[in-house]
Amino acid sequence: MRYFTEDHEWIQVDGDVATVGITDYAQGQLGDIVFVETPEEGKTVSKGDDAAVVESVKAASDVYAPVAGTVIEGNAALADNPALVNEDPEGEGWFFKLTLADAGELDSLMDEAAYQDFVSKL
Amino acid sequence: MSHDPIEDGEEALELLQLPLDSWHRARGGRMVPFAGYEMPVQYEGIMAEHLWTREHAGLFDVSHMGQLVLDGPGLDDALEALIPADIKGLKENAQSYSLLLAENGGILDDLMVTRWAQGLYMVVNGAVKYDDIAHLREHLPDEITINHLDEHALLALQGPKAAEALGRLVPGVSSLVFMTGAGFDWRSDAGEHVPLWISRSGYTGEDGFEISLPGRGVEAFADALTAQPEVKPIGLGARDSLRLEADLPLYGHDLDTETTPVSAALGFALKKRRREEGGFPGHARIMLEREQGPIVKRVGLIVEGRQPVREGAAVVDAEGSEVGKVTSGGFAPSVQKPIAMAYVPTALAVPGTRITLAQRGKVHHAEVVQMPFVPHRYVRKGS
Repeated sequence: MRYFTEDHEWIQVDGDVATVGITDYAQGQLGDIVFVETPEEGKTVSKGDDAAVVESVKAASDVYAPVAGTVIEGNAALADNPALVNEDPEGEGWFFKLTLADAGELDSLMDEAAYQDFVSKL
Repeated sequence: MSHDPIEDGEEALELLQLPLDSWHRARGGRMVPFAGYEMPVQYEGIMAEHLWTREHAGLFDVSHMGQLVLDGPGLDDALEALIPADIKGLKENAQSYSLLLAENGGILDDLMVTRWAQGLYMVVNGAVKYDDIAHLREHLPDEITINHLDEHALLALQGPKAAEALGRLVPGVSSLVFMTGAGFDWRSDAGEHVPLWISRSGYTGEDGFEISLPGRGVEAFADALTAQPEVKPIGLGARDSLRLEADLPLYGHDLDTETTPVSAALGFALKKRRREEGGFPGHARIMLEREQGPIVKRVGLIVEGRQPVREGAAVVDAEGSEVGKVTSGGFAPSVQKPIAMAYVPTALAVPGTRITLAQRGKVHHAEVVQMPFVPHRYVRKGS
């Protein structure tokens, strides 16, 4: 099941592991991405905490943890090839994986249809 | 995800529109507030537009800039009292880079001034143009007129193919050399005559031209330029990364009233006769800085790693105390590294010096390098 936030993150949930990235809309707004900093393994985050940094040619942006959990992996491929986020934002360009602390937090997020509707009104 | 726009994100109450507004939108330009106007920050993407300009030719709309014509008796002397240029030695059609200086030698603006057959043509920064006009009006004698060409557009065509592309529309532009200009006449497909003032100059480090023309003719002229296979429209984002690579400081960022010509490493704007004779604001302080060295100096930095270090980051010493600041920075598309301009203590302003930067709680390392980061490719006299 895939969820979305109003901050333009997506969360793919498989069991108690969630993969987080930014949406195609977000990468389009940011433009050419030149740097991504992903969180270290073992870091615990609360919902809304700064979890990653993404920098385009023009601007730096924070990526928030959409739900609480413990980071189990950052996407190492982004260190050498941050443009993966532009090329495949909702696939190979994922940012980090975490184990969910509270699956109930997912209830407040949008599904794909709701997110598309949200973006269409921006 | 939060997005901090670092376009000149001033919250203007009422944004104005430039003559090419709908032209930009029709070409997919993403419009942002800049200097009080809505302007295109990018079309297809900053990286692609930047590289296109370095390889072909990019068309920039810089109509937000202030275009002024000064005229009247005693103009040369009166203007020399405000800027360190050699106006008396400026020949007809020759252009000079100069600085509008405050009484203490601080920089009020940087500008281009050109001798026309009648009067002086001046281009100043958009964000401070009304301040400049007020300053000039206050300090120039009443007999001198200041005509603000606010119905005029200003385009820049920049890149190694600029002369070829513009030459097809305006034969004769190739005879101009860097920092000279001339008047031309262009006839649109509709048969309308449009007067053009074209100078061989720009803000990218590339060969290129700046074209001043009446707003009524600018859409047709921009269409004719972008119909050339070498030419694409380029947004403000790439303009910023191109000028940063070319060691061209941006007013309000790398230059302001706290900086002087010497600390800003713009000594070339202090013309020899003017240094010797004086008579411009801040002369005594500026000459002292030239002799003894300024406290801080503008330098270029190449940042280690891939993360950009941007305007506002601190230059820190071994104890972590702030000793300078980054005034522009970003990922440089042609260099393929993060680069920056910063003010650092003069003792550190030596190529090869390794310095430490702090940004959002994180330490970065950088090396002072000789600017420009990308060689200038101006077409100079005799070349």
